[in-house]
Amino acid sequence: MIVEDRRSLTMKKLAAHGFLIVFLIIIMFPFLMVVSISFRQGNFTIGSLIPERPTLEHWYLAFGLDYTRPDGTVIEPPYPVMLWMFNSIKIALISSLGCLVIATISAYALSRIRFRGRGAFLDSLFVIQMFPTTLALIALYAVFDAMGDLSPIIGIDSHVSLVIIYLSWVTLHIWTLKGYFDSIDPAMDKAAAIDGATPWQTFRHVFLPLAVPMMAVVFVLIFIAVINDYPIASILLRNENNLTLATGSRLYLNEFRYLWGDFAAAAILSGVPITAVFLIAQRYLVSGLSEGSVKG
Amino acid sequence: MSLTQTVPAGAASGISPLGILAKASVLLVTAIVLYAAWSVYLIGQPLFGLFLVIVALFFFFIYGFRRYYFARFIYPGAAAVLLFIAFPIIYTIYLGFTNYSSQNLLSYERAKEVILSGQIIDQASKRPFALVDEGGGSYRIFLPEGEAGYLTGPLALDGSSVTLTAEPVDTPPAETMAMRDAIKFREALGVVGIAMPDGTELKSAGLREFASVEPEYTLLDGDRMRDNATGDILGPDQSQGYYVKPDGTLLPPGWRVNIGWANFNRIFTSAGIRAPMLGIFIWTVIFAAGSVGLTFALGLVLASILQWEHLRFKAIYRVLLILPYAVPAFISILVFRGLFNQNFGEINLILETLFGIRPEWFTNGFLARTMILIVNVWLGYPYMMLLAMGFLQAVPVEQKKAAVLEGASAFRVFFTITLPQILPPFLPLLLASFAFNFNNIVLILLLTQGGPDIPGTIIPAGQTDILGSFTFRMAFQDSAQQFGLAGAITLIIFLIVTIIAYANFVAMRRAANKGASQ
Repeated sequence: MIVEDRRSLTMKKLAAHGFLIVFLIIIMFPFLMVVSISFRQGNFTIGSLIPERPTLEHWYLAFGLDYTRPDGTVIEPPYPVMLWMFNSIKIALISSLGCLVIATISAYALSRIRFRGRGAFLDSLFVIQMFPTTLALIALYAVFDAMGDLSPIIGIDSHVSLVIIYLSWVTLHIWTLKGYFDSIDPAMDKAAAIDGATPWQTFRHVFLPLAVPMMAVVFVLIFIAVINDYPIASILLRNENNLTLATGSRLYLNEFRYLWGDFAAAAILSGVPITAVFLIAQRYLVSGLSEGSVKG
Repeated sequence: MSLTQTVPAGAASGISPLGILAKASVLLVTAIVLYAAWSVYLIGQPLFGLFLVIVALFFFFIYGFRRYYFARFIYPGAAAVLLFIAFPIIYTIYLGFTNYSSQNLLSYERAKEVILSGQIIDQASKRPFALVDEGGGSYRIFLPEGEAGYLTGPLALDGSSVTLTAEPVDTPPAETMAMRDAIKFREALGVVGIAMPDGTELKSAGLREFASVEPEYTLLDGDRMRDNATGDILGPDQSQGYYVKPDGTLLPPGWRVNIGWANFNRIFTSAGIRAPMLGIFIWTVIFAAGSVGLTFALGLVLASILQWEHLRFKAIYRVLLILPYAVPAFISILVFRGLFNQNFGEINLILETLFGIRPEWFTNGFLARTMILIVNVWLGYPYMMLLAMGFLQAVPVEQKKAAVLEGASAFRVFFTITLPQILPPFLPLLLASFAFNFNNIVLILLLTQGGPDIPGTIIPAGQTDILGSFTFRMAFQDSAQQFGLAGAITLIIFLIVTIIAYANFVAMRRAANKGASQ
């Protein structure tokens, strides 16, 4: 580390790079395969790993376009991928906006306003966010199934119901944002209070502008979590046109209708934007998570 | 510091139009939520109604009175948590004490209605019919009897429900419609009743015939009913949620009732459930612990290498290494499902070319479990790596340098200085990861759906099923939809998660206190 032999250092460097490169090749294998599969003819693995006669058929279908094969047969898209993507983005945008509003306001109060039961409230939030949604699925299904009798808008197979459930995912993010608010200098809000600002005004004009970067991170976090949700969406959504990406994609690999090639193209198409958003946000994300959770 | 004391200065402005408007809207919202609570109560969800009442009352007091000003900021989050986390978990567990399933889906009233709406066809009264087209969308029904028959009044056959009177006629109509044309009116004929001269009423009984149709059961005294075919008297059994015939057989559909600990008895005493449950529980623990251990080890190794001062291209390695974490999990899992496919998968294609083997990833239990772990390590190591990179930076360099100068090897330094320092703050995150994997049903449902099946079980259970996916399949994928039994298992999962959550809470408090004291 400090006094290193030059030769052994070179060897160590080679070993480190060698290990990382071999590891990366193994890790990257699925990604490379999917790209190759998306350009390969047909939906079954026959022959080589690299497509011999590349075709755009799967990509046409993923974009929802008909594809005409050289022999004249027209292939129609098996599933409305673009519609699923639209559904996913719509639900995720509304849910994350709603969550963000609730989480920011609550986090501000928990960070700045001293009231009785504050510690207990924080502790219970922390414990509650440990309980997975899996535990609530049966009741959510039963309740929304029954509410469908009142109005189909809040019943099964409705996006509104889904958004309402996702709004309850605020708990973890209240913690994250509270950790961030704690790091803002208390002199700021004292100054605001002396000037006669109500807590709401302090929040609106002092904290909100300061919290924008962290709020962006939390927004992205919820957005990605909602897009990735499978269990809730799968019990609530029925109609093929109502599905989200996470619930729809699995239809491709049905035992009786195995569309491996079509899936590959659809997976890249829907995966790339989400991955890009995540990679941009992840730098802030990790620091935000550890800050928010360690400061009690 | 007490901000609450400064509140009245800015806001106690007496009665202003805006204030009245605000008060009115608080009342309005409270009224709407209370009304919703009442409607929810009426459709048979009293518990949810109760929660809505609580939410409404809190809303009224918090926004209606200035005393609780601070709570206005917390109310939305607390209400969301109460309604969509606390209530569903409690309600799911409550359902564990009921017989709620696809067989016992309805309320008692609805189940009774369904049973009473059942009808039986009196076989003796069956008689063929023919349709007579009078032109202009007007038809008559002819019921032949010997040489003559009965003819009804004109009807439109547009799907409206009517009762026609049939009159005896001496000669059959000159022309009746062919059978295949008459079939087109099957639905419209289904709602037509024919009143015969002898007072009986005939209804459509199949494609070619009309017959007198009688209710299968008659309600006697509000609860009991008579089976009109056999004359048996059936009584409702509120402990089972079924009407019971004299010979003890149950008459579907049943209704939802509380059955106490019966579901738990089934779990712990029925061999067909207990044995697979135990196996599933053990596998769940192995799976969660294995995933956490492997991802932690791999993540830590990678983080240590990436942290090495002499390594170049760190940024590129870092981005490529976290890629598995960045890609949506549902996509990666499905990709692996395709790659591991026994017959058309690329992994078996390569293995066959290189070693001549085709492992049965989905039909051999051990291989399926191995595959699940491989995929989960692939999905999970970047998260651990990112966390480890953060914690490694906090370890003081001086201590490491001192140890190296004393002649300690790199491994020795890692295990005696680095690891003991990063483990305590890491512990809550490892526990959280354990809890997450304990309920990682997305991975199981998308990759193997629990398969391959364990033979000889009453309820479909697979060798890769974890408790959560087993419960999920029992409630939503299995045709029997055994919500009650699934709810009972959910209580068991709930207790386990509570223990983990508590341990995590304690570990986290310790880490926070340590951080504060340093």
